[in-house]
Amino acid sequence: MAATQILFAGFGGQGILFSGKFLAYEGLLEDRQVSWLPSYGPEMRGGTANCSVILSDDPIGSPIVSYPDILIAMNLPSYDKYEPAVNNDGFAFVDSSLIHREAKRDDIRTIYVPATQLADDNGLQGLANMVMVGKVIKETNIIPFENIDRALEKVISARHQNLAEANRKALALGYGL
Amino acid sequence: MKDKVLMKGNEAIAEAAIMAGCRHYFGYPITPQTEVAAYMAKRMPKIGGTFLQAESEISAVNMVIGAAAAGVRAMTSSSSPGISLKSEGLSYMAGCELPALIVNVQRGGPGLGGIQPSQSDYFQATRGGGHGDYHMLVLAPGSVQEMADMTVKGFELAETYRMPCMLLADGTMGQMMEPVVLDVDDVKTVAKPWAVTGTKCEREHNVVNSLSLVPEELEKWNLARYERYAYIEENETRAEEFMTDDADIIVVAFGIAARVSKNAVVAARKEGVKVGLIRPISLWPFPKKNLARAAEHAKHFISVELSMGQMIEDVELAIRCSRPVSLVKRVGGVIPSPEEVLEAIKKVQL
Repeated sequence: MAATQILFAGFGGQGILFSGKFLAYEGLLEDRQVSWLPSYGPEMRGGTANCSVILSDDPIGSPIVSYPDILIAMNLPSYDKYEPAVNNDGFAFVDSSLIHREAKRDDIRTIYVPATQLADDNGLQGLANMVMVGKVIKETNIIPFENIDRALEKVISARHQNLAEANRKALALGYGL
Repeated sequence: MKDKVLMKGNEAIAEAAIMAGCRHYFGYPITPQTEVAAYMAKRMPKIGGTFLQAESEISAVNMVIGAAAAGVRAMTSSSSPGISLKSEGLSYMAGCELPALIVNVQRGGPGLGGIQPSQSDYFQATRGGGHGDYHMLVLAPGSVQEMADMTVKGFELAETYRMPCMLLADGTMGQMMEPVVLDVDDVKTVAKPWAVTGTKCEREHNVVNSLSLVPEELEKWNLARYERYAYIEENETRAEEFMTDDADIIVVAFGIAARVSKNAVVAARKEGVKVGLIRPISLWPFPKKNLARAAEHAKHFISVELSMGQMIEDVELAIRCSRPVSLVKRVGGVIPSPEEVLEAIKKVQL
């Protein structure tokens, strides 16, 4: 089954759910099977947040990602918790401006992206999540980069479309690394 | 063909209900179903409908009774503790023979429990929940698309048989997003000559009531209701079968548990184990015939549940205990992993 299991994990407020939704929408627009499952409840309000996204060519069984092919870790507790779960030959994308440790595994590809720092330096505060997604697209080709605009249009509500440009810049920044 | 959109299960329920002609929603917020109410609060005023957040669940369910008695499509939604509060109203609805849709996006219990997904209201839903001899139609969607489709179907069934219909989902189904096509063009409506709409002095009074102080009369009402239930059991069971034809082992699971189990069945088949999945879509009526048919060749059944083992009793009854039935369970908001189900499949000694 050609399915990619993705786990976004970090603090509430880092746009974890949003970046997951962006990838899910992109998959939908390519007519793939997709599922998006957030953690919900008190952990969303400042604690840890994570979300499971599956893109697949076949119908999706369980929407829960326990063993990701791609992990995007935006804080240390999430990295500690999920690094051991990444599938062999999978990817771990680590926000190295917030996580100051080296990978413990050498059977997966670990990619360090100082996403929060880069976002701040480029006037894109709060968009470290999309910098990470840009880098994920670059390294994994999970979606075609040229399609980002149409997914952004869908995932950003009409009254916030003015934020689309900043999201586009953040994605391009990550993709260009 | 309408567009595919990405929606949460809870939102899909709300939009499908509106497309099915529901213009009366009464509720009270509770995680993990609050998006249903939030969506209704946004949409209903724009289409001339009524969204009302009552002061309590008990009040909300009684508003549904009033609206249903007046003959309109009405609904409420809640999660486990809220459904307990609504159960008195559900019994009255059954007694008054009123159609309405009740959504239960289950969370762990008992008591206030937690907010994570559960299926431990199975007994409450399939046995009625409130007092007296009655059933509700109970539908268990297995995807966001089915959350929408079953909402429409639920209204139709409720009105056809004049009884409450419960959509029994769980926190995962409510919170997850999947592509969904909202294609509700031919909504079936049912005439309601019994509705209390005012006589305009042109006809006899209609009476909607559950009170009957003459025992023989009340007995007659109950017998008639159960005749209808027998007809429903014969004609309205729904189930999905997956790789069951040659199966030695049958996994039975609904909702999120069925999604997890499907992964396990696919994995076990790759290892050469002849296993299949029966996913009850209607929990009442329970798809007994599907299970009985499978028991003709299957030697072992496994019930996978997010409860301490409730549906397993219906599995055993359906096959008259003719085969061993084992249980895979996680409770309190924990979801079993495909690996746990796979392990249970591989443990079966044929």
